[in-house]
Amino acid sequence: MPVRLWWDLAAPATQAAGMRRLTVDAATWVRAAEEFAAADAHLLALWVARAPNQEGFLIRAAFVAAGAGLILELPIADCDPPYPGLEPFFPAASRMQRAAYDLWGLRATDPDRRPWLRHAAWPEDQYPLRNPAVMAAGTGISEAYRFVRVAGDGVHEIPVGPVHAGIIEPGHFRFSIVGEKVLRLEEHLGYVHKGIERRFTDFPILEGHRLAARVSGDCAVAYAWAYCQALEGMVGMRVPARADWLRALCLELERIANHLGDLGALGNDAGFAFGLAQFSRLKEHLLRANEAAFGQRYLFDTVVPGGLHADLSQSGAHTLGDFLSRLAPEVESLRDIYDEHGGVRDRFVGAGRVAPELAARLGLIGFAGRASARGLDVRIDFPCAPYTDLALRRVTRTAGDVAARVAVRFDEVQESCRLSLHILKSLPSSVHRVECPPPVQGAFGTGLIEGWRGPIFLALEAGAAGAISRCHPHDPSWQNWPVLEHAIIGNIVPDFPLINKSFNLSYSGHDL
Amino acid sequence: MFKTIKRIAAIGIVTEAAPPVDPQLCVREILQKRIRALLGRALCIRHVDAGSCNGCELEVHALNNPIYNIEGLGIKFVASPRHADLLLVTGPVASNMRVALQRTYEAMPDPKMVVAIGDCGCTGGIFGESYASCGRVSNVIAVNVAVPGCPPSPTRILQGILTAIA
Ligand code: SF4
Repeated sequence: MPVRLWWDLAAPATQAAGMRRLTVDAATWVRAAEEFAAADAHLLALWVARAPNQEGFLIRAAFVAAGAGLILELPIADCDPPYPGLEPFFPAASRMQRAAYDLWGLRATDPDRRPWLRHAAWPEDQYPLRNPAVMAAGTGISEAYRFVRVAGDGVHEIPVGPVHAGIIEPGHFRFSIVGEKVLRLEEHLGYVHKGIERRFTDFPILEGHRLAARVSGDCAVAYAWAYCQALEGMVGMRVPARADWLRALCLELERIANHLGDLGALGNDAGFAFGLAQFSRLKEHLLRANEAAFGQRYLFDTVVPGGLHADLSQSGAHTLGDFLSRLAPEVESLRDIYDEHGGVRDRFVGAGRVAPELAARLGLIGFAGRASARGLDVRIDFPCAPYTDLALRRVTRTAGDVAARVAVRFDEVQESCRLSLHILKSLPSSVHRVECPPPVQGAFGTGLIEGWRGPIFLALEAGAAGAISRCHPHDPSWQNWPVLEHAIIGNIVPDFPLINKSFNLSYSGHDL
Repeated sequence: MFKTIKRIAAIGIVTEAAPPVDPQLCVREILQKRIRALLGRALCIRHVDAGSCNGCELEVHALNNPIYNIEGLGIKFVASPRHADLLLVTGPVASNMRVALQRTYEAMPDPKMVVAIGDCGCTGGIFGESYASCGRVSNVIAVNVAVPGCPPSPTRILQGILTAIA
């Protein structure tokens, strides 16, 4: 049964997005997941919530295929046996299930029972999302984590992290190598777990967008928009058209800024410092244009419930338009320089290859997925306003190596510049914000926005008196981190920074 | 190659002047003026993200771009705490990072300075204190300079660093 038929069976989850909800029993849960995997649907997220009657829990899994988004809900009680894990069909589910156990104490049938987000900061038999009284008590180190050992003649291990040798987020990588060649990489994440999901419940629901924007700071617009989409869906409101368009403008600016930063860093990792200097200069100018237009370099508090925090002024629009029309040709000429540079090409081509079949099997998502022939782009396949009215070109490649991910980023910068200039020209003239009323207790909403890395999914539930009872933000890095472990196999250790940067996955968005 | 050189020549030097020091950012002095004078501006920084949202890192990164050009001031980021004079910490301290932060601090040779970056580093910020967050950086290690902002601009961060060694 294709995803669309399951979708027809289900009830709309919210008024706004086309996401639907279906409550299932364990057998149907497994059958549906199996069919979704066969139909090449994407697993967006897997998380736990309390059942509405406060007795027992719901294991939820969100999937998306072209035009259809579906959330399966499996009711479960403490006394039940482990629920069926989805990792046989969607390998990325494994870490989500392990995290769900750490936070809720509910086991999946997944044979991997190692903790994931819980290191040793809080006691093993306590579950912070279930019990608000859980406080930090342990040391926080988890030197006992059981990495998979690779044995054999001449095999040795390199442990790296959590503190890395650059200005980046912390995480641990365990390489098993022979000579310079990587036989296996195993990641151990969770170091920046700072309790975001529980923290959400301290916020009034009309202010949670501020925390959402800080789940992963480089995706501030995408998260804040996903949050607002969920909230506005709950109360059944539409924001003014101008707000839709300005949100899309902010989202595309965020995409451009991140791609620029990474394109520079990738040149640098390939030994071409010129690239870093040029792209970081362009990025700085973009951030300054952002500041002139929206009052912020990074657009943290721009997207708010009901619309935009502040309107875009004439002069702000002018500054942005001016900059973007100069940016596009500059980036194109830098692309020529990258393409013609033998040393850069030599490092990019063939490095960190994720073949399309592997990408499909592991569920690679976002721009990295598009570089491995996985077409999904939520802006096209599951669009919200104003993307429904924007003719966006899908960017894909099939080679799946660093060069392909670089090519997708270059193309996306151009496409986002084109889109942003179009938005600036055709901005509807309406108010930029209307008031968003608080939702009723028990209301449920979802948001789905194509951030620069990939789809940002967020599920929100309203508590009593304008509070948040549950908020689960989900970063595409959950899906892509495990793929990085495969991308590096057979490559040499010195290429790891380059390959890693070509994905540039989020730690904070994943660790929560 | 020609295109590359042409471009370098066409753009020229874009570096801006460094901001003045701001004594208000100083929360605690440990280094005597005499030592600071000896160190001058040949400063090595080790950065640790103790639990940030990654927003502050992006602005710390910007210090390396040609416009702020921190290396032009004699200041550079180093890969090992053993080579560092100053520890730049972003984020609230996640409980899972507490020990790693302490160990990084202990690995640095004396005399050493600590600059906490962002509202999170200064107060715990939006994440506060919880089962998974120890809050502000000074809850875990001694802090000399604290730079508020969410995220603070590169100019403010640079001001904080320059204040620490003024
Ligand atoms: S201060 Fe703001 S930008 Fe910096 S880590 Fe905290 S939330 Fe992120």
